[in-house]
Amino acid sequence: MTVTNPPPDSARKPLIASGAHGEPTREPESAYLDHAATTPMSAAALAAYVAEAQRTGNASSLHSAGRTSRRAVEEARETLAKSLGARPSEVIFTSGGTEADNLAIKGIFWGRRAQDPCRTRILVSAVEHHAVLDPAFWLAGHAGADIVLLPVDAEGRLDLDALRADLAAHATETALISVMWANNEVGTVQPIRDVVRAARPYGIPVHTDAVQAVGQAEVDFTESGVDAMTVTGHKLGGPVGVGALLAKRDLALDAVIHGGGQERGVRSGTLDAASIAAFGVAARHAVDCLPDRAARLAALRDDLVARVSAAAPSAELRGPDPASGERLPGNAHFTFPGAEGDSLLYLLDSAGVQASTGSACQAGVPQPSHVLLAMGVPEAEARGALRFTLGATSTQSDVDRLVAALPQVVARAQAAGLVSGRAMGGTA
Amino acid sequence: MRVLAAMSGGVDSAVAAALAVEAGHDVVGVHMALSRNRDQFRTGSRGCCSIEDAGDARRAADVLGIPYYVWDLSERFEDTVVADFLSEYEAGRTPNPCVRCNEHIKFEALLDKATALGFDAVATGHYAQIETREVALPDGGRRTVRELHRSPNDAKDQSYVLAVAGPDRLARAMFPLGGFASKDEVRAEAAKRGLSVSAKPDSYDICFVADGDTRGFLQSRLGSRPGSVVDTDGEVVGEHDGAYAFTVGQRRGLALGRPAEDGRARYVVDVQPATNTVVVGPAELLSVDRIAGEKALWFDGVLEPPVLVGAASQAETASSVEMVSSVEPADTVSSVEPVEALGEVLPDPDGWFDAEVQVRAHGAPVPARVRSIAPVGDAYGDGVADGERSASSAAGTGVAAPGMEIELTGAPLRGVAPGQSVVVYRGTRVLGQATVSRAWRAPAPQ
Repeated sequence: MTVTNPPPDSARKPLIASGAHGEPTREPESAYLDHAATTPMSAAALAAYVAEAQRTGNASSLHSAGRTSRRAVEEARETLAKSLGARPSEVIFTSGGTEADNLAIKGIFWGRRAQDPCRTRILVSAVEHHAVLDPAFWLAGHAGADIVLLPVDAEGRLDLDALRADLAAHATETALISVMWANNEVGTVQPIRDVVRAARPYGIPVHTDAVQAVGQAEVDFTESGVDAMTVTGHKLGGPVGVGALLAKRDLALDAVIHGGGQERGVRSGTLDAASIAAFGVAARHAVDCLPDRAARLAALRDDLVARVSAAAPSAELRGPDPASGERLPGNAHFTFPGAEGDSLLYLLDSAGVQASTGSACQAGVPQPSHVLLAMGVPEAEARGALRFTLGATSTQSDVDRLVAALPQVVARAQAAGLVSGRAMGGTA
Repeated sequence: MRVLAAMSGGVDSAVAAALAVEAGHDVVGVHMALSRNRDQFRTGSRGCCSIEDAGDARRAADVLGIPYYVWDLSERFEDTVVADFLSEYEAGRTPNPCVRCNEHIKFEALLDKATALGFDAVATGHYAQIETREVALPDGGRRTVRELHRSPNDAKDQSYVLAVAGPDRLARAMFPLGGFASKDEVRAEAAKRGLSVSAKPDSYDICFVADGDTRGFLQSRLGSRPGSVVDTDGEVVGEHDGAYAFTVGQRRGLALGRPAEDGRARYVVDVQPATNTVVVGPAELLSVDRIAGEKALWFDGVLEPPVLVGAASQAETASSVEMVSSVEPADTVSSVEPVEALGEVLPDPDGWFDAEVQVRAHGAPVPARVRSIAPVGDAYGDGVADGERSASSAAGTGVAAPGMEIELTGAPLRGVAPGQSVVVYRGTRVLGQATVSRAWRAPAPQ
């Protein structure tokens, strides 16, 4: 493999690269290994979107055009509810996962505090997505909330004893608990039913961010016992820009966005009927396909893990053992000692492999992942993180392409790590 | 070539990237994140540090159709440029952070990482020119001599802050704007290509100092350290919050309670960190005609003796050829001038040669004679043992080698502070660079 720069972003033609003997060889299209960031829309979802987007009608209007839109929304609500084990009346459509998380954290906090001003504590796992952490810390800065970061073990799994101990000491001051269903970086499936069991005796509501889980793991809102759950469209084959908070009817939930009173009055704004319709179709499809897809993705992922480990022996798999069943089937995550994530990302991108450093970005700057740091990974090693995530369209050739590129990419990134003198994560 | 275009989000680096693309190079845009806590929006005249600037760089890359990445060099920036800025001020010296950024970030951290990742060169939007010429060697070989020259755009010329990178690192640099005679031309090039940064204002202030308030920044990082302001007789004439915040030549911000007895303006003439004392005095005390430099570097051919192809004294010059590290095999000697001087800066027997020196980014060059103080070993590269030549040069100066000695031959300079960069020129060509360690006025001749 020769490392060339990524093709000009304006050029939408297949890559031409030099073969072993310098002759041009046509390379296959790039390997997209970042399905946890976003995954392609399914054909059925796209068709539903286009059909609805071609219609005119505000779902809140009372005439026939409005009723037509409303019908599409309500059918999608029923579909989504059925797919996720919820009642239609528990579905609050939002603009996506981040808004649903904000609604859950702020809305439950305000609702609970209105009932009992002593409840200022918010318990969140240390490995939550920023869409949960940042509203929580915003409340700490603006509304007198006290944030408790619940620790996790070396594989990113919530420390249930720490949760129980905190509740035993401070239950009457606690407003809510938020623990994600599955982690977006290392794929750890959290013991969410145990969290519910720990919280129930105290009557403390539990929220879970399930955006990564739906379509990759079995998710049943009612059966899980949580009080609120975040889901989103674009991680399961639907469009970007639509999501939902599933919330029990008796949950005290204040509005974050005020206006026309749509969605039980907690989420105002004209309903995006086209996105919602496509979301419903995509969610049903993802859940219906789950058993087969999970098995296929797990097999592909296991192959990826084995071959990455062989191609880059210094690479360290982070997160739970894939065989444990406590990891999302499409997730693999490694740290590469002595290499920086941004070097790895650039070099893989050049080789037509699109992966993620997995951590939150500030204007494109990869910061050491708070998830890895919470798992006890030293900062230097956390800088060399790469996440590979698979989805519906992933194939064996994606893995092949990654494995072919990896040895040279890792060697070169480690060489760059040496001169930059920062990623010192234990290279021999 | 595979070229990394360093893109700050400003118009210069955007046009530089565009020109690299149009020259047929395989270009990737990289924005350096130099601050951990970046402002959302660009404010005032500060350069490249906000997220808005990163967004501008991304949009320029989009327009050029090149890949774009952000590299986080904030830790390295803090450890080198900011740390040097603080420690130099603490030591009573006057640092130039843009010089240190070129030295440690752009032409070290960025360049080395780019090289390791397979790039052949780093293109920046600096205004300066790199010129290479082929020199014939007596054995029939040839050598590429690389020179750094001023930009034809006097107002924007950045050779002063680039000299510190030295010839070896500049071998991997590319300055596509080097030949532009005015900023308006660059803006026109940007507008022609639809780059939205074409009308973006220039940046002037130190990028990591909020609001341009250097004293406030130093105080926030170094804390308050009250002390005395004294006159040249040692009499206390005022108070200060930290001697580190003062720089030689400064007049404003002294806040002295009473005027000098002679009623004349007073300037900072010395900063003494050991006693946390600021010394003030009249303007004439700021005039210097002697400068000692440290960490000196020299460009190709400056300190090497002339190589005369076909000259009679081949035996004498043979040793210099062996010192040349990058002798390239001769393919066609015929196109080379039959006689070519490699080291045309001919020092006198004591090592002095005539040149011009410049001590600040937008200062004028002044005539001087300059010599190198040889380090241990053979810095001159001419095979002459140190003891034979440099013993006399280094004797009695008290300056740690490798160093530079400068005697101004025209008018004296005012306000030359230790820590500043001094760059040696001959015409447009940069000969060398050093950091000022001491500046003084030679005693008047008896």
